[in-house]
Amino acid sequence: MYETLVRDTDQPVPQPPVGSGGVHVTGLGKRFGDLWALRNFSITVTPGTVLGLLGHNGAGKTTAIRILTTLSQPTEGRATVAGFDVVRDAATVRQHIGVASQQATVDGLMSARLNLQTIGRLYGMPRREARERGDALLEQLDLTSFADGLVRTYSGGMRRRLDLAASLMNRPAVLFLDEPTTGLDPLSRSSLWDMLRDLVSEGTTVILTTQYLEEADQLADDIVVLDHGETVAHGTPQDLKSRIGEQRLDVHISDITQLVAAQQTLLPYADSEPIIDEAECVITVPIKPGTRIVDVVRTLDDAGIDAIDVARREATLDDVFVALTHKTQTERPNNASPQEQS
Amino acid sequence: MSTSVVRDASVLARRNLEHIRQIPEKLTNVTVQPLMFVLLFSYVFGGAIRVEGGTYKEFLLGGILIQTLAFAMMQPATSIATDLQEGVIDRFRSLPTRRSAYLLGHYFAEMIGSIVTIAILCGTGLLIGWRTSASILSVAQGILLLLVFATAMIWLGLWLGIFVRSPDAVMGIGFIIVFPATFVSNAFVPPSSMPGALQWFAAVNPVSVFISAVRELFGNPLTPVTKHVWPIDHPVPAAWIYSVALVVLGVVSAQRQYKHRTTE
Repeated sequence: MYETLVRDTDQPVPQPPVGSGGVHVTGLGKRFGDLWALRNFSITVTPGTVLGLLGHNGAGKTTAIRILTTLSQPTEGRATVAGFDVVRDAATVRQHIGVASQQATVDGLMSARLNLQTIGRLYGMPRREARERGDALLEQLDLTSFADGLVRTYSGGMRRRLDLAASLMNRPAVLFLDEPTTGLDPLSRSSLWDMLRDLVSEGTTVILTTQYLEEADQLADDIVVLDHGETVAHGTPQDLKSRIGEQRLDVHISDITQLVAAQQTLLPYADSEPIIDEAECVITVPIKPGTRIVDVVRTLDDAGIDAIDVARREATLDDVFVALTHKTQTERPNNASPQEQS
Repeated sequence: MSTSVVRDASVLARRNLEHIRQIPEKLTNVTVQPLMFVLLFSYVFGGAIRVEGGTYKEFLLGGILIQTLAFAMMQPATSIATDLQEGVIDRFRSLPTRRSAYLLGHYFAEMIGSIVTIAILCGTGLLIGWRTSASILSVAQGILLLLVFATAMIWLGLWLGIFVRSPDAVMGIGFIIVFPATFVSNAFVPPSSMPGALQWFAAVNPVSVFISAVRELFGNPLTPVTKHVWPIDHPVPAAWIYSVALVVLGVVSAQRQYKHRTTE
C-alpha cells in the first residue's frame, strides 16, 4: 500500500534556473559491483528548503550525497545542483556547495583558524577575506575561544562544528550534511538545528541525511525514505504520518509468549498489521479512527491477555520508518527514540 | 600549468609545513639522521676503508646525499597515505581546487625539506673536511642534479603513498626497496670488495650512477669500476637520463594512481 507514496518519476519536473540554489535529480543510480547502492533516485529540492534523506546504515543516503557533491560518479541518471550538472560541471558545482560529511574532514594538526583560512584560500579568497570569514564563522559556531588550539585536541562535537564552519566558508547555495548530529549531545544538536534554520531562512538549500527521525521531523520540509538504495517513501513529514494512520496504540503485555495471541486479538482495531517489538514486549497497533481504548482493554481482558499498559499516541516518523522498512529489516534503527516524541 | 594551480598548491604546501611546525620531530629524518650518518660513517668506517685519489670523507658525501634523498621519499608517502586514510581528502576534493594542485602542494613542501637536507649535509661535510676541486659550474650542475633527483624521489614517494594506502605499510615497503638499493651500491664502500653478483648489481644500480655523477661533478674521488656497463662508465649523462625518466615516471604514476584512487 505504501508504493503510492512514491512520487511518479516519469512526469517531467521543471528545471530550476541556472545559479539558483535548487537541486534536481532524475533517475540517479550507483552500482558497486553487483550491488545497487542507490537506484531510481529522483527528487526536486526547491531553493531555501530542507530535504531529509532518511534510512538505516547502507540505505544509500551517503551514496546520494557523494554523487551530488561530485565526490562519486553516478552509474546512471543525472543531477543538477544549483543549476549545474554534477558530472559535466563538477568544478562549478563545487563553488556553490558546502559539504559536511560523516567523517570530520578537518586537519587535526592545524588550528581551527588555519583550517578555515586554508579552505577559504582554496576557494580563491584573498588572505584577509579568508581570515575574516573564518573568524566570523568561529564566532558564530562558538569556537572562538579554541580558535588557535590544535584540532586534534577537539571534542567530537567541536570537530563537527568546525566541519560545519568549513562547509560554510564559501556561503554555499546548497549545503549537504551527512548525519550532521551523529555523536552530538542533545544541547549541541539543538543549537545546530537552530543554526540550520537560520541558514535556511536566509535562502540556503539544505540536504541532510539522518537516522534520527526526530531530526527529519524537526527540520525537513520534504523527506525521502531510502531502504537498500530504493526510495520507499517521499513526502512532507505530515504527509508520511497521515498516510500510514495518525494514531498509534502501544500495548505493553506482561507475558512474552502471548505476543502473537495479543496481536491476533488486536487485529479488529487495526488499520494495518500491528507490529511486534519482542525486546520491549510491546505491540504497536495503527488503530482505526474512532477506536475506544476501553473496548481494546475489554477485548484483551476477555482473551485472557495481561496488558500492563495501553497508550494512545500520535504516529511518529519512527512508525513510518518501521512500517515502510520492516519487511526487509526487522530491527529498528538503533538511534531512534520514539518515546521522546510521544 | 595555470597560476591558480600553483597558488592552490602553495596554500596546500603551507599546510604540510604547518604540520612540521606542530610536530618538529617529523624533520629528524631530513636533519639529524643524515647528519648522524655523515659522522658515523666518516669516523667509524672511514678509517678502515681506503679510497683511491682522495679521502673517505670526500668520497662519502656523494653517497650520503643520494641515500638521504632516496630515503626522503618515505616522508611524502607517509603524508599522503595519512591524508587518504583520514577524511581530509574529501574536503579538498569537494573544493573547486584542481586535482593536480593537491599533489603539487605535497611536492612543494617536501622540496623545501630536501633543500634543507642538501644544505645540512654539504655544510656538515665542509666542517669535517669535505672539499670540492671542481669548477663552480660543475658544482652547480651537481646541485641541480641533486634537486632533480629529489624531485623524482618525492613523486615516486607520493605514488607509493597513494598505492599503499596505510602510513604504517609505507615504512615497511619503503625500507624493503630503499635499503638494498642504496646499500648495494658504491655509496659507502667501493664495490670491488663485494662478491661478484653484488658487484654486478652495484654496477647496474641507478643509485650508483647518481652517486658517481655527483662525485664527478663535485670533483670528489670515484670508485674504480669493476663491471663495465654504459651508465656507470658515463655517470653524468646517464644520471640525467635516469633523473628525467624517474621524474616523468613518478609524476605520471602519482597522478594516475591518485585519479584512480579518488574516482568512485
